[in-house]
Amino acid sequence: MVEPERPAPSAGATGPAFVEIDRVWMRYGGAGGTLALRNTSLSVAQQEFVAVVGPSGCGKSTLMRLVTGLWPASAGSVKVAGKKVDGPLSIAGMAFQNPTMLPWRSILDNVMLPFEVVEPHPGRLRRERALYEDKCRALLKLVGLDGFEKKNPWQLSGGMQQRASLCRALVHEPALLMLDEPFAALDIFTREDLWSVLQNLWLARLPTVILVTHDLREAVFLADRVLVMTSRPGRIMVERKIDLPRPRTREMTYSPYFQEMVQDLRGHIDRARQDEDVAHAG
Amino acid sequence: MQAKAAVALPPDTLADDRLTGEDLSHDAALVAAALRRRRLLRVLPWLVFVGMLILWEGVVRLFGIPEFVLPAPTVVGATIWKWWTPILVNAQHTFITTLVGFAFANILGLTLGVLIGSSTYVYHGLYPLLIAFNSIPKVALVPILVIWFGIGTPSAIVTSFLISFFPIAVNVAAGIATVEPELRDVLRALGAKPIKIVRKVGLPRSMPYYFASLKIAITSSFLGSILAETIAGQRGIGHLMIVASSRFEVPLVFAGVVVTAVMSVAMYAVAALIETRTISWATRGQGDNSVTGV
Ligand SMILES: Nc1ncnc2c1ncn2[C@@H]1O[C@H](COP(=O)(O)OP(=O)(O)OP(=O)(O)O)[C@@H](O)[C@H]1O
Ligand SMILES: [Mg+2]
Repeated sequence: MVEPERPAPSAGATGPAFVEIDRVWMRYGGAGGTLALRNTSLSVAQQEFVAVVGPSGCGKSTLMRLVTGLWPASAGSVKVAGKKVDGPLSIAGMAFQNPTMLPWRSILDNVMLPFEVVEPHPGRLRRERALYEDKCRALLKLVGLDGFEKKNPWQLSGGMQQRASLCRALVHEPALLMLDEPFAALDIFTREDLWSVLQNLWLARLPTVILVTHDLREAVFLADRVLVMTSRPGRIMVERKIDLPRPRTREMTYSPYFQEMVQDLRGHIDRARQDEDVAHAG
Repeated sequence: MQAKAAVALPPDTLADDRLTGEDLSHDAALVAAALRRRRLLRVLPWLVFVGMLILWEGVVRLFGIPEFVLPAPTVVGATIWKWWTPILVNAQHTFITTLVGFAFANILGLTLGVLIGSSTYVYHGLYPLLIAFNSIPKVALVPILVIWFGIGTPSAIVTSFLISFFPIAVNVAAGIATVEPELRDVLRALGAKPIKIVRKVGLPRSMPYYFASLKIAITSSFLGSILAETIAGQRGIGHLMIVASSRFEVPLVFAGVVVTAVMSVAMYAVAALIETRTISWATRGQGDNSVTGV
């Protein structure tokens, strides 16, 4: 299984920013509410794969919601593809932290959903339904859900729903892929399989990806760049470029470089969490 | 090396996983018990019903209650048999009147419910009015309707519509207004426009509410048309009952009540059937939707 090695597309990180977050503040629920993000800035290049890690509750999901325009930022600016975000984007595919399947739809119909909404698919859907369905089935098969297409969401386990939710996020090949802990509910073996699946999908089409995860090995395995956030109110504390060739393999995870990277990130997260303890004690 | 010390489990512990014959018979007993329980639940209402009829018949005979106060079930049955043709003609008329009013109630109730549920402005503008309107006793409206629509069927249709329209509108609105933000966000994250969000999430989500309201609405619909028929009808079961009552033919009045109940229950059953067919997702396919499970 020797695949030709591509140059890490992170070389594009020097190119124009695709996602640009500039000194963003986010406070939930009015003046007295929770401050989730404080003066956060970050930029993601086109076709870059970025992972965001940080302690629980530090504002990672919030960051995702701001980028996709689901919530407006309290202050600062969010730009995607050169345009200021002032409402939900239509070029993004999002896998939410909770795999929110629509319960009245089968798994297949849930995965078909983007085609019913995102242009130019709705117009073609009636004529080429079979084609679109095949595409969804193929993707479901890739994540190990073949045979469950016609099942209802509640007939699937949490991890299976999460995989279906991942399919729904990327089936329409969005230019921007937002993944909020997409593998959190999976066992380590399935998870590592899906790392490769995701990597291959990314290498095939090179969308810009922002992946939130708690698994540092996952971050290092998949991302061109890993961003560590401070505890709440969150900010980007450190970023690490991962200089590993693509496609990355499981063997690489045993390499000293990989281990060092994970250790290093681990240290930063520990520091972020200690800061939190201090903040709470004070 | 410590790791090498791990040993495979002896094969007989694996064999324990398999079902033994005893397990299977236990399983079969459970299935049989469940079947018996389900059969009992199905016949239970009929048993109660028959029991009540017997009690009624018994009380009437025991105390010699006169027919014009409370006719016995057998007398009511005989009356239905005797007056079969006029009862059928009038019942048919009431049935159609009700269905027409009910159909209008569905169209308008759904439309208004969707509007109220999906727009904050419409919600705040209309909802209080709707509540106020619903607290008007509809009986008081019938004389006005008669002035507007004249004596006869149109008034009955409008009354039937007015009474059943409200629960439909309110329920559909509630179903759409209470859509989980997470589900809405799934659509919003794809860049869906509000109309699409209503179509793909709001409407399907409100269907359980809609069907729940249908079951209430269909019975109120009958109530409305019969009410109007008794006050200002020239035909229909309501009219038949009021004429019978003015002639002290009490068994015939009861016959009207029975026929109305049969129609109403039948329509309720149809609504319930459609409900279970279309929205099994709401009960997660379990059908048995009592909270306690008892
Ligand atoms: N809808 C909301 N309303 C009010 N506060 C919120 C809301 N969503 C999140 N918060 C607050 O904002 C902070 C950041 O939340 P967020 O969900 O972004 O954390 P997270 O980094 O994704 O955490 P986790 O890793 O546990 O998913 C939390 O303290 C939370 O209490
Ligand atoms: Mg989160």
